[in-house]
Amino acid sequence: MRVQTRPGAIQNMSLALRAWNIRRKALLMGEVQGQGYIGQALGVADMLAVSYFHALHTRPDDPEWDGRDRFYLSIGHYAIALYAALMEAGILPEEELATYGMDDSRMPMSGMASYTPGMEITGGSLGQGLGIAVGAALALKRKQNPAFVYNLMSDGELGEGSTWEAVMSAVQWKLDNLICIVDFNNQQADGPSRDALAVGAEAPKWQAFGWHAQEVDGNDIEALVAAFDTARNLPDARPRVIICNTRMCKGVPFLEQREITHFVRVEPDEWSKALAVLEEGKPQ
Amino acid sequence: MTFSSMARKYEPRTPPAQKVATSAMIASLAAEGYDTVAAPFGHALVEQAQKDARIVGLSADLSKYTDLHIFAQAMPDRFYQMGMAEQLLMSAAAGMAREGFIPFATTYAVFASRRAYDFIAMAIAEENLPVKIVCALPGLTSGYGPSHQATEDLAIFRGLPNMVLIDPCDACDVAGMVPAMMGHDGPVYARLLRGKVPTVLTRHKPDYQFQLGRAQMIREGRDALVISSGIMTMRALDAADALAADNVDVAVLHVPTIKPLDVPTILAEARKGGRLVVTAENHTLNGGLGEAVARELMLAGVHAPFRMIGLPDEFLEAGALPTLHDMYGLSVARVTEQIKAWL
Repeated sequence: MRVQTRPGAIQNMSLALRAWNIRRKALLMGEVQGQGYIGQALGVADMLAVSYFHALHTRPDDPEWDGRDRFYLSIGHYAIALYAALMEAGILPEEELATYGMDDSRMPMSGMASYTPGMEITGGSLGQGLGIAVGAALALKRKQNPAFVYNLMSDGELGEGSTWEAVMSAVQWKLDNLICIVDFNNQQADGPSRDALAVGAEAPKWQAFGWHAQEVDGNDIEALVAAFDTARNLPDARPRVIICNTRMCKGVPFLEQREITHFVRVEPDEWSKALAVLEEGKPQ
Repeated sequence: MTFSSMARKYEPRTPPAQKVATSAMIASLAAEGYDTVAAPFGHALVEQAQKDARIVGLSADLSKYTDLHIFAQAMPDRFYQMGMAEQLLMSAAAGMAREGFIPFATTYAVFASRRAYDFIAMAIAEENLPVKIVCALPGLTSGYGPSHQATEDLAIFRGLPNMVLIDPCDACDVAGMVPAMMGHDGPVYARLLRGKVPTVLTRHKPDYQFQLGRAQMIREGRDALVISSGIMTMRALDAADALAADNVDVAVLHVPTIKPLDVPTILAEARKGGRLVVTAENHTLNGGLGEAVARELMLAGVHAPFRMIGLPDEFLEAGALPTLHDMYGLSVARVTEQIKAWL
């Protein structure tokens, strides 16, 4: 389903509501398991709302429709966020929310293609998504299929050498049907990504390789809409990247304040508190 | 400090009386007395691709050394040069397979099995995608040393679910495995013999044809049963000829598919009593054909005298291939000598 682009704030407010719904569903899933990569999910909710309700062509009743835009989740641990978006988009039934991470669930904690409608690839071994996306983008061109491939990756994956193999290849093959989204929340397992390998300004690196690069506030829906529109409509024969600077736990201030870590610890009684806080910030 | 294993690098050498050239990567496998076929993989792939538009070819800067250049020349728009980037090669092949194509991805066996393993495991095998990985320089078929000697590739891939493994003996196997791979809806790892490839099996068994998952008796014999794959079937057949002159009668069971293993045929042959059972593989003795056969014999309660021919658990030397095959027991002379000693 593609929400028709309408000018102005009304559309953006509806996207804000979509993002809010995605956050709420992710928190409800976190509550089911008592844990989850909720910091990341809250951080990318705005980007996922813009992806699924503004940018992507999908058919909720036919997740494998050949004309769909492919959305690859390279970061398997963000599955909780994508499940929330897929439910919001009507691709996954909301009734299954309470099965998240349970035995025999279609929504395992790390995203896998064979489990979940709408989950295009098996992520989790970081640094693989962009390379697979290069192959899919080549294949779509071969089939003369005008769909786009979106690959969502993390700043931690910028440290994987395979990411840069794919970055070079996408330029070599002039993949103008490939849009890479980097969630830059500056957190990886052992600490800030900036203290590991994500050193220096990111956009110039991608530009130097030949990509069209944009860097945006990943929690600003209007900025995201503009960036996605630019990436999609660019006439240049080259791949596009949108580096989204996001804030972990966005939308739940008491979690945002917490010392930010890759795996945010939420106490059992805090899930309902987080949902209540989110409720207060519900867009009108 | 000096590591003890490196001490020999400080010992001066003098030129040998007779010049022996190191076999380079581009050298074809020496096979005394057999006719050869040029680039059987490349030609077989072109033939299949003419029938099936789903086939595409990808290489990581080694098309000329995997005979994929034949395909690239015949069908340039279906050939993808992915550059010297094996992780990309495998993930991009996965992406193309996701979209309905059947990619043949080629590189050297060392790079596929060592460098790109995680990408083959997660992007290809975990989703059972029909990517056909075809790799040159299997086992000890290069004198370049460990960087190019894939002595443990089969052990690595045997542990990977969904993976079918092929270790061809000759040009007939190499040409036959291409349509067979197309007939299997899933990932395949095939070892490749390239360049001028000997024709061995049809000389010993005129009606031989490669069949995926099938072991085939190439030669009958009463005294010993050699269960072999890859080029070691050629060595076993030549050794059997040599041993026949000494009235030693050796059977050779060729097992070109390492996984899934043709267990019924192997057990049926091993159960024919009174024969020494010898496995022979161009691979480390750890985790290859020999151990796979041993497991099945144990599980089935078949207690034949059992010996293994294969590469030692070592990083191998650099040098001329015939020298190395002699050194590590893969030459006809050494196979003959070993079987004779065990009987």
